[in-house]
Formats: sequence, C-alpha cells, structure tokens
Amino acid sequence: MIYFHQVNKHYGDFHVLKDINLTIQQGEVVVIIGPSGSGKSTLVRCINRLETITSGELIVDGVKVNDKNTDINKLRRNIGMVFQHFNLYPHKTVLQNITLAPMKVLGVPEQEAKETAMYYLEKVGIPDKANAYPTALSGGQQQRVAIARGLAMKPKIMLFDEPTSALDPETIGEVLDVMKTLAREGMTMVVVTHEMGFAREVADRIVFMDQGRILEEAPPEQFFANPREERARLFLSRILNH
Amino acid sequence: MLDYSILIEHWDMYMQGFSNTLKASVLALIGSLAIGTVMAVFRIAPIRPLNWIGAAYVEFIRNIPLILIVFVFFVGLPAIGIRFDSFTAGTLGLTVYTAAFIAEVIRAGILAVPKGQMEAARSSGLTYLQAMWHVILPQAVKIVIPPMGNQFINLVKNSSVLGVIAGLDLMYFGDLISSETFVTFDVYIFVALFYLLLTIPLSLGVGALERRLAKSR
Repeated sequence: MIYFHQVNKHYGDFHVLKDINLTIQQGEVVVIIGPSGSGKSTLVRCINRLETITSGELIVDGVKVNDKNTDINKLRRNIGMVFQHFNLYPHKTVLQNITLAPMKVLGVPEQEAKETAMYYLEKVGIPDKANAYPTALSGGQQQRVAIARGLAMKPKIMLFDEPTSALDPETIGEVLDVMKTLAREGMTMVVVTHEMGFAREVADRIVFMDQGRILEEAPPEQFFANPREERARLFLSRILNH
Repeated sequence: MLDYSILIEHWDMYMQGFSNTLKASVLALIGSLAIGTVMAVFRIAPIRPLNWIGAAYVEFIRNIPLILIVFVFFVGLPAIGIRFDSFTAGTLGLTVYTAAFIAEVIRAGILAVPKGQMEAARSSGLTYLQAMWHVILPQAVKIVIPPMGNQFINLVKNSSVLGVIAGLDLMYFGDLISSETFVTFDVYIFVALFYLLLTIPLSLGVGALERRLAKSR
C-alpha cells in the first residue's frame, strides 16, 4: 500500500530523512515513534505529498507520489489526514467541515454528504455537535470531528500526525478509542504518536526513528520488551519511566 | 453662512455628479476587489510566473500617481485606437489603481490564516483554488475588513480624479458650478458634504460589519 525505497529529503542543508526503506501493507497499523526532530512527521507528510522527497522512490496505492504526471488531488482523496492541531475550518460548522471535501472533490450531492457526515459523527460519538462551530468544542471533540472529516472521504489510508499531542490528558482517551476502533475495522493507518500504550495495544508494527533514520522496525511485543537498538532502549526508558 | 441658493439652483448638477461619483465608486469597488483578489492569489500561489505577474502589477501600479494611470486610459489607449468616454476612462483608472492596494490587503489577510488550514484542505483532495475559495479566503476576509474599509474610503475620495478629465462626477460639476457662479467656497463645501454623504455611511457600515463578523467568530 505504501512503499518507501531509499527515500531522502533535505531542507536546504538539513538532511531530514535518510535512506528510508519502509513497506506498509493494506490493513496494517504502523506506529512511528522517536524523539522530536527525528523526522517522524516529515515521513508521514511525504505520503500525501505535503512534503516532497528529494530522492528515492515513494509509491502509495500504486501511484508514484512525486511523479510529474501524478494527479496528486486524486491520490489525496484516498488518504485521510489528522493533524496535531486539528485544523478544522473555524468558519464552518462541524457538519460543513465534514461535507466540504466529499461535495467538492467527489461531487457527492449535499443530502448524501450530510448523511455520510452524520454517520461518521455517530461513529466518533458526537452527532449532537453537528451544527456547532469548532471553537465551541473541546480539543478531544475537535480531533474526533477531524477524524470524521477524514473518514467521510472513505479513504484507503489514514495518516495521524501526533493526533493527541495538543490535547488535555482527560480527552486523549476519547480520541485514542476512536482510533482503536478504526484499527480493528482494518483501516490502513500510519500514526505518529508518543502514546506508548496505544502503540503497544494497537500497532502491528513499531517503527523507531532517530535523526532521520529508521533505526528499528519490530512488532510491539518485541519492541517494547526487548528493543534491539541502544538508542531505542534509551528513548523507551526516558519516556516510560518518568 | 452658506449660500443655500447655490445648492438649490444647481441641485440637478449636484445630483448628477453625486450619482456618477456613486456609480464610479461602486463599479471601481467591485472591479478592484476582483482584480485585487486575483493578484493577491497570484502573488501567493505556488507558481513562479504568477508570483511575478502579481508582484509586478502591485509594484508598478501602486507606485505611480493615480492621475497618470487615469491618463493611460484617457489619452494613452485612445492613441492606439482604444477609446473610452471620460467617465469610463476615469473609472477604469481608479479600478486598476485601487486593485493594487486591495491586492496587498488581501495578501496580508491570506498570509494571516494559519498554514494548517491550507494543509487540511489540500490533504482532503481539494485543488489549490478550491481550498483558497472555500477555506482560506472566507477567513482572510474577516481579517482584512478594517484595512479594506480604509481602501474603500480612499477609493470614494480618489474618484474625484474623474473631475480632471471631465468625468461628470461631483468634482467636475463642482468646478462647473463654481466657474458659472464665480463662487468657490460655498460650492466646494457642498461638494465636500456630498462626499461625506458617501464616506461616512461607508465607514459606519464597515464598522458594523466588523463587529458582526467578530461576534460570529
């Protein structure tokens, strides 16, 4: 589904991603962890070309992401994205936030788009907020709307870029619960997070990054019990024992 | 005391000037908003040649006196066979000139919208223009209302440039009445009052809009 081969990315002189090789199968839940500045977010943002790669090959859903002839808007229809800061449209109601892309990109009629939106709002547990504006919602609710917005496009892949990092500790759980449900339903998910509990419980595979490299890839049981790399060990000890 | 007989005797001329000033202002406002928005998007869009066009437009036009731009339409283009009446030439000049300032106001507004908004919109599959139109511009509009009000008020006052090329506006008729009656002060006071009749409601309207949008967050 997602295939990185020898991918490199530079920001000017800064080498953000170094020789990335990674294959993600359909239905797989891959959690990317690592210290900040390690390139996790950049890696995820390359998948839907919010960031362009400098060299190497990146194929998503059978399409070369950085090929000149690729219709990026068409590829993006199949990739939902959830951001750290939600990025809901503040001038639109919750319902309008969710129906915008299905109506404008897929040409879904308004009534049908609304019904789909309500379906996903029920799924994330806040159908009663359909006509509220995002600012009237708590962080956790906003993030759940953002997830519903992504799902309404019926994507094949969902990307999560630190979806709980900007949330109150109290509301993190409600967002993680929605994500767990999605994972169980077989959604292909790539998740950047610091939530180790979530990673352990839901991930099919943990990818550990540091300084732009993938240092370790392992199933969560193996990774958390016995990380192979010294750097991963250090990271885990810092993040788990505080 | 003002000599009101001037106002009464020349009421038709004042009215004609007033309605033409109003017409020129409304037309130029609509036109400059459209051109200004396009140029602002040109300056920001991730396409180099468009950036250059947008930047060139703004930098050339806003750094030339309004009267010279009006002359381009009044004497320049007619010299190569494109003719306008003076009202049209003046209104076009005013539109093109004001658009450069409006482009900068809108550009600042667009840049003030958080970057994540464009990213969210684009990652959902919207094209750049769809994202601009449905997500970015509606938010930018709220941000730019106060400086935009300034531009609109300047536009109404700048429409007096039409008087110089016999554009049948308030200023033109003011000059005409003054040369007929040999009265200057009173004639122009009435002209000024007519301008205030346009600009003060405009100011109040912009203020009201600002408060309403502030409430609707």
